Amino acid sequence: MEYFAPASTKEAVKLLGTAKGKVHVMAGGTDLLVRMKGGYTEPDAIVDIKRIAALRKIVRAGKGWRIGAAVSAAEMGEDKALKKAWPGVVEAANLIGSTQVQGRATIAGNLCNASPAADSVPAMAAVGAKAVIAGAKGTRKVAVEKLVKGPGKTTLKKSEFVESIELPEKKKRMGDAYLRFIPRTEMDIAVVGVGICLTLDAKGKCMAARVALGAVGPTVIISAKAAKALVGTTVDDAALDALARACAAEAKPIDDKRGTKEFRKHIAGVLARRAAIIARDRAKENS
Amino acid sequence: MNVQPDNKAMKRDFDIVGKRTPRPDGIDKVTGRARFGADMSMPGMLWGLVLRSPHAHAKIKRIDTSKAEKLNGVHAIVTSKDFGPCDDSLLDIRENVMAREKALYDGHAVAAVAAVSRSVARQALKLIKVDYQVLPHVTDVDEAMKPDAPVINDKLFTKGLDKTPKKPSNIAERFEFGHGEVEKGFKEADLVIERTFRTEATHQGYIEPHACVASMGADGRGEMWVCTQGHFMVRNTCAGLLGIDVSNLRVTASEIGGGFGGKTTVFIEPVALALSLKANRPVKMVMSREEVLRASGPTSSSSIDVKIGMKKDGTITAGDATLRYQGGAFPGSAVPYGAMACFAPYDLKNVRAIGWDVIANRPKQAAYRAPGAPMGAYAIESVIDELCRELKLDPIDVRLKNASSDGSKASYGPNFGVIGLKATLEAAKNHPHWKAKLGKNQGRGVACGFWFNFGGETSVSLNVNVDGTVGLSVGTPDIGGSRASIGNMAAEELGIPHDKVRCIIADTASLGYNDVTDGSRVTFASGMAAIQAARDAIGKLCERAAKIWGIPVDAVVWEKGHARPASPNAGKHEPLSLADIAAQAGATGGPIAGHCEINAEGAGVSFATHMVDSEVDPETGHVKILRYTVFQDAGKAVHPSYVEGQFQGGAVQGIGWALNEEYIYSKDGRLQNPGFLDYRIPVCSDLPMIDTVIVEVPNPGHPYGVRGVGETSIVPPLAAISNSVSDAAKVRMTRLPMSPPNVLKALGRI
Repeated sequence: MEYFAPASTKEAVKLLGTAKGKVHVMAGGTDLLVRMKGGYTEPDAIVDIKRIAALRKIVRAGKGWRIGAAVSAAEMGEDKALKKAWPGVVEAANLIGSTQVQGRATIAGNLCNASPAADSVPAMAAVGAKAVIAGAKGTRKVAVEKLVKGPGKTTLKKSEFVESIELPEKKKRMGDAYLRFIPRTEMDIAVVGVGICLTLDAKGKCMAARVALGAVGPTVIISAKAAKALVGTTVDDAALDALARACAAEAKPIDDKRGTKEFRKHIAGVLARRAAIIARDRAKENS
Repeated sequence: MNVQPDNKAMKRDFDIVGKRTPRPDGIDKVTGRARFGADMSMPGMLWGLVLRSPHAHAKIKRIDTSKAEKLNGVHAIVTSKDFGPCDDSLLDIRENVMAREKALYDGHAVAAVAAVSRSVARQALKLIKVDYQVLPHVTDVDEAMKPDAPVINDKLFTKGLDKTPKKPSNIAERFEFGHGEVEKGFKEADLVIERTFRTEATHQGYIEPHACVASMGADGRGEMWVCTQGHFMVRNTCAGLLGIDVSNLRVTASEIGGGFGGKTTVFIEPVALALSLKANRPVKMVMSREEVLRASGPTSSSSIDVKIGMKKDGTITAGDATLRYQGGAFPGSAVPYGAMACFAPYDLKNVRAIGWDVIANRPKQAAYRAPGAPMGAYAIESVIDELCRELKLDPIDVRLKNASSDGSKASYGPNFGVIGLKATLEAAKNHPHWKAKLGKNQGRGVACGFWFNFGGETSVSLNVNVDGTVGLSVGTPDIGGSRASIGNMAAEELGIPHDKVRCIIADTASLGYNDVTDGSRVTFASGMAAIQAARDAIGKLCERAAKIWGIPVDAVVWEKGHARPASPNAGKHEPLSLADIAAQAGATGGPIAGHCEINAEGAGVSFATHMVDSEVDPETGHVKILRYTVFQDAGKAVHPSYVEGQFQGGAVQGIGWALNEEYIYSKDGRLQNPGFLDYRIPVCSDLPMIDTVIVEVPNPGHPYGVRGVGETSIVPPLAAISNSVSDAAKVRMTRLPMSPPNVLKALGRI
């Protein structure tokens, strides 16, 4: 097995294009190294992107944000401005694994690992985050929910890797939230995750909403029906009930060791309700 | 020889016993200096890995190792052919460590490789071709008992029936305990409740996986370094399986990262030794977490029927229980202990407990802290709780009314000696926790639990060093602070400061045979042996003083760490300290040591009462443990901090068992959650501080009144938590784990 630690994106792209066999990009390594230790994957080459200085930074991109692919979840949690702008996304990142894991884990890695249960993905999808992809032909941007094809599979081509995650501008009266359900209190994996971002008008009526459901399908589910349940309402009890019903209906979970279909559908509704209340209250505070 | 009850000693004031001295292994453990199983390496060492069956039940038609043998770096491959004839008592262990004609569970070892590195060994495993014929399997206890269930062992005919059946089945044995007439008792009751309960298999969850290094020399002499609860057991078992003289195998126990009963048998150890024997090189083996969960020894899963009758005044008129435990692919589940222990807290006229030992296509169960008792207690204490609720009676008062006490006839046969159950119930009743207010969706539960405790074969050696310090060698691995407790008892007896005694775990060549660390026996038995060894040494110290003074030895007494003339008649001599005598040992007859070899009897049983507050989220089924208090009889708490640690540890493992831990098998009989992500032991943030109340009702069978405390603490939690959740959810819970989906289902929300 070969290990590469390129110093630039260009070099990384070149290495990814020329390396033979099974090549893995490594950011924090919190998924890859565990899988290697467990004997589940045996890469021929690893391209570690942590030495690329530009990918270690959180910068403003216009009025929005660009989070380098090697920025750890813990570093996101320390960035006060980012946390103030998109608390749902930062909180989701800071639910991944444990405190120790968050010291290395990245949201780009969380996305590219393509687990249906990834915590940061519904949160990112809810706020309309985009993945910036570097490749031989330059960079391209794609909505995070479009990057994942299925469990463990992405739409990335050979020589491509996610360089950063872009979050949009946080406008007035917008609020986001992410909640997940786990049987314990931490160090666990989402049985259901719900990310919600909504925008209120000056009178407190919901003008726009995005609802993303995690761990209830092979990839994150962006539910237009759930969003519709909120838009035009003051996010009152009736709207929340409608939202919960829509989420339960839209969730397409499987029965597995982490929960039954019926349980996950029910929980999707419960969490959506709770997340919507947090997002609504945050939007009000942000007016 | 056993130490006779010494009532004066039990009432005396102790200088060291009962004090919270610093833990002797603490600095090593926090600095990383402590050497655990995987920390040992040897020159020329190879790495061993095991190939495991992916099938729950399959005939092994052929194993082809030829390609793997040719791989560069592979030194040895073993299969069942490398484990020849052995004593009948070892046959099941032999088959469990390496499958023979059939693979009996997902994870069953079928071959093992020793190679120069782990990656070479891993490659070699892929080159071994095993030709399986997959057979129908069964993993559920009730399914395994059905007449049409796949028969796992066609030589297994149910024992314990009036007539041995002619057809083989998965039912290994029937047990029955009790007295009186239960049917008559039920007629006297004002209310009879009958319920069926189910619990899932759980794992001890020790943080350190099994690990060992085995080195067999060309001269036929071997050494092993093993993470185990009993290195003498490892020595005897491995020697027996591989036909080695016991004296030719020396086993050293490593520091141990948790055992809880799961390290009282062997898994990889004989395999490592067989590989070393074949490769003529040391072989190291370390299980992965996945291997630990798939192929070490979890608990039984169980299915239990309980029927209890109660009068309006709370008197229990009769209790009847049928317990069915699957113990994996071999007979020997802990069901007899469950059946014996489940009604033990109550003094009943009419009681019966029937146990069925059942085999299934799962790993062979091993001991787990009070093996078999938590499930039985869960079922019985749940029904008692429900009876109290229906009859509007206080659950502590009802338990006090029916509680076993000194001399009462135990449900499993003998009469109890001096016991402390009522004292724990009184302590619970008088504790502020019992009166604290509860909020919305919150509930409170109590339950009692019992464990036998054990003594067993024990050998201890105590050496008085030239500078007045003392080396104390015991043969029982320290899994819960026993080095501190045993050292402190020796220091107490000798009358010297606790830090002058260093207690170590000696290897198998240095001491007589010691039973494994189990049955909550070590502080009791090794402690008793250490006291006895100290008394032996004191006798010799007095002899030396007598020699120095030129007076008869019976004119010398030992007081507060000094030899003194027994009376003025013996002459005027300045007292000689242990250090004074030790300094002159060479001139007065040579080294001074004390020894003790016993089969320790007189282990006092232990009872506990647990009290739990919980809160149920009615929308998600999530249960939060809000408050937890343990009341347990320790006899005499030698080192209270460790005793509290045992109380808390048992409660926490019980919380895991009650709420989220479970072995999940898919329809194809494969374990679905062999890792700590999906096998959910509680994390710190899941837990409140576990409060403890140490009750001390001295055990007359120990010179200081000690009772074992390690196991009883896991007996009440399942029931106490279930009673608490049932109170909070307003619905009776009858199935473990009370995971969110199961709770939500019980609430009728999904």
